[in-house]
Amino acid sequence: MDIKKLTVSSSPHLHSGDTVRQAMLLVLVALAPAALFAVYHFGWYVLAILLTGTISAVLAETALLRLMKKPLTIVLDGSAALTGLLLALNVPAGAPLWMVAIGAFMAIAIGKHVFGGLGYNPFNPALVGRAILVSSWPAHMTAWVGPGLISSATPLAMQRAGEAVPPYLDLFLGLKAGSLGEVSVFLLLLGGIFLICKKVIDWKIPGAYLATVALMTWVLPARGQVGFFAGDPLMHVLSGGLVLGAFFMATDWVTSPVTKLGRIVMGLGAGIITAVIRLYGGLPEGVTFAILIMNGLTPLIDRYTMGRRFGAR
Amino acid sequence: MAKTFIGGIHPPYRKEGLSALPIERMPAPKVVAIPVQQHVGKACLPLVKVGERVLMGQKIGDVDASIAAPVHSSVSGTVLSIEPRPHANGKMVNSIVILNDFLDEWHPSALPKPHLDKLSPEEIVALIREMGIVGMGGGGFPTHAKLKPFPSPPIDTVLLNGAECEPYLTNDHRLMVEAPEKIIYGLRCLMKAAGAGRGHIGVEENKPDAVLALKKVAALYSDITITSLAVKYPQGAELQLIRACLGKEVPPGKFPPHIGVVVNNVHTAEAIAQAFTTGMPSIERVITVAGGAVERPGNVLVRVGTTFAQVLEARGLKGEPYKLVSGGPMMGLAMYTGEVAVCKCTSGILALTYEETGAREAGPCVRCAKCVDSCPMFLQPTTIAHYAMKGRVDDAENIGALECRECGPCAYVCPAGIPLVQWIRLAKSDIYARQ
Repeated sequence: MDIKKLTVSSSPHLHSGDTVRQAMLLVLVALAPAALFAVYHFGWYVLAILLTGTISAVLAETALLRLMKKPLTIVLDGSAALTGLLLALNVPAGAPLWMVAIGAFMAIAIGKHVFGGLGYNPFNPALVGRAILVSSWPAHMTAWVGPGLISSATPLAMQRAGEAVPPYLDLFLGLKAGSLGEVSVFLLLLGGIFLICKKVIDWKIPGAYLATVALMTWVLPARGQVGFFAGDPLMHVLSGGLVLGAFFMATDWVTSPVTKLGRIVMGLGAGIITAVIRLYGGLPEGVTFAILIMNGLTPLIDRYTMGRRFGAR
Repeated sequence: MAKTFIGGIHPPYRKEGLSALPIERMPAPKVVAIPVQQHVGKACLPLVKVGERVLMGQKIGDVDASIAAPVHSSVSGTVLSIEPRPHANGKMVNSIVILNDFLDEWHPSALPKPHLDKLSPEEIVALIREMGIVGMGGGGFPTHAKLKPFPSPPIDTVLLNGAECEPYLTNDHRLMVEAPEKIIYGLRCLMKAAGAGRGHIGVEENKPDAVLALKKVAALYSDITITSLAVKYPQGAELQLIRACLGKEVPPGKFPPHIGVVVNNVHTAEAIAQAFTTGMPSIERVITVAGGAVERPGNVLVRVGTTFAQVLEARGLKGEPYKLVSGGPMMGLAMYTGEVAVCKCTSGILALTYEETGAREAGPCVRCAKCVDSCPMFLQPTTIAHYAMKGRVDDAENIGALECRECGPCAYVCPAGIPLVQWIRLAKSDIYARQ
């Protein structure tokens, strides 16, 4: 017998076949129902926003990869498309397309490539893009509309102003004003559970996040209110970007902790910050900054939550 | 629910059909090359000279060291040469090359030993050494040295590993089905030698026929338990096996005797029984020959010293293998040549095609934490690998790099295709180099 050429490498000599691309595509699939609902709910213009965000991000990624002389095939991993879509899902339904394009470019350039590209960015790129847009064009980013692009306050703003909030079922199904991707809590939950079942994300981050916000908004009196255990946790969970953030942003692989306990801490910390901003802050909503702050703490969280090693007490 | 451990993976097992194939004996080849080192520890010195006639079962190499086991001739014939040959450990190892005369003439020392009831623990330990018994699951640690370890609490349990969690491999499975009496006899020898009151065999539940066969024999002994284990890799890793069967964890940096346990492979127990009841030392073993490039996969009883190429020739190859692996696909070693001899601790020969290995380019870590979730030692493989890449040796040691058993789930699941085990091995060797 004659064996001519053998490959020698370290074990294991098997691989699951899982790829980063596969996972990114699964997240895109999981987001699709909520994105399509936004088109149905707000109108066709939304489709233009979603496409602008996604395509701008992919173009930005391609241009930057070229500039940095990296293989252009990286763009096929789907991470840029996902960042672009998430960014687009984070703007109001009347957002100008040029702003969405700038946001997507910023997300990829400032959120990702200045740090070295996929895997090295400390902050969730889509949220970096959103934060830049919120601080650059606050009027556009808070011009909330309902169906038919008619001006309307978000449930959280209504609640702050002491107005009547839509019924829970409307909040759950998405019959309200808000950013494109956050409205249909029902479809986001479906997508999130799909990702948990597919083992793309761990239930610990969204679980801890939602539970913390619910608990705090129930127990603590908001600014100007008195008495404990009088809050409306269900309204808080069903409103704003909480469910979108908990399942699709706080769970971002690159920017969340790798340790098991760390993932609980991530959800817990984001939950505390979100609830504090919502109850006592100057803004009605706090998901973006809660997640970004926790992203910044992720290396520290990883370091102090290593946990027990096998055989140790 | 079947017992198991925390972490691990479910790779494709690829044992379909293979586990039903009875053990076939492969005729001894014309020439065997017997490495003087087939165990962990000190290499043996040849006891024979070139041109000398040797008999089957004759001790042809030994060394005066506590961690070593002698080697025996697997054929009768004439010593052609004593020269370095490629070894499964990747190095060149002195090997005794013997021209087979095909007479299979036994050496007079190869006589049945007294029944274990008539032997003292010390006599059993001495016989186990004299018969060249080493860990046959792949580790190759001299079995006698496991039985009288460094100062440790008394051994209360001898645990036999019948999990066979590595994909492809079915040699232990066949042995448990075909020779349960021998495995139980070997277990009883080990229990008596170690002074252990309990014997335990852990078998993954995908081998119900093996569990049944062992249970049938073990029913005669109240001190022996057969445990069905969940099918999960690495169920057969020593520490995970102990955790699953006995609910105990060995502290980091310690060995099983520290908690009163000795673990051996079922094949090792079978070899002990074989040696005691027939007088045949460890000169042959069952290996699984499999992989996409093998024409007739099977479970083959092979003489030690047969080369991989000879075995593959007997089973036929379809096309060129991409990788030739000694052992299982998760922890086995990739060979650079087929001229490597089967030794006592070779559990399988796998000729794998490119497609079935799923080989791929590595990308940057995306911190998905799948490696962390799969690690049965509760380590952070990606972080250790990161430290290894950056030369941060102390940091790697501080987060437990030395506790890694290199079992491979981390690299198996990594969506970025990072060879995590390779990086962790580098970290470990850097740490050892510094010590």
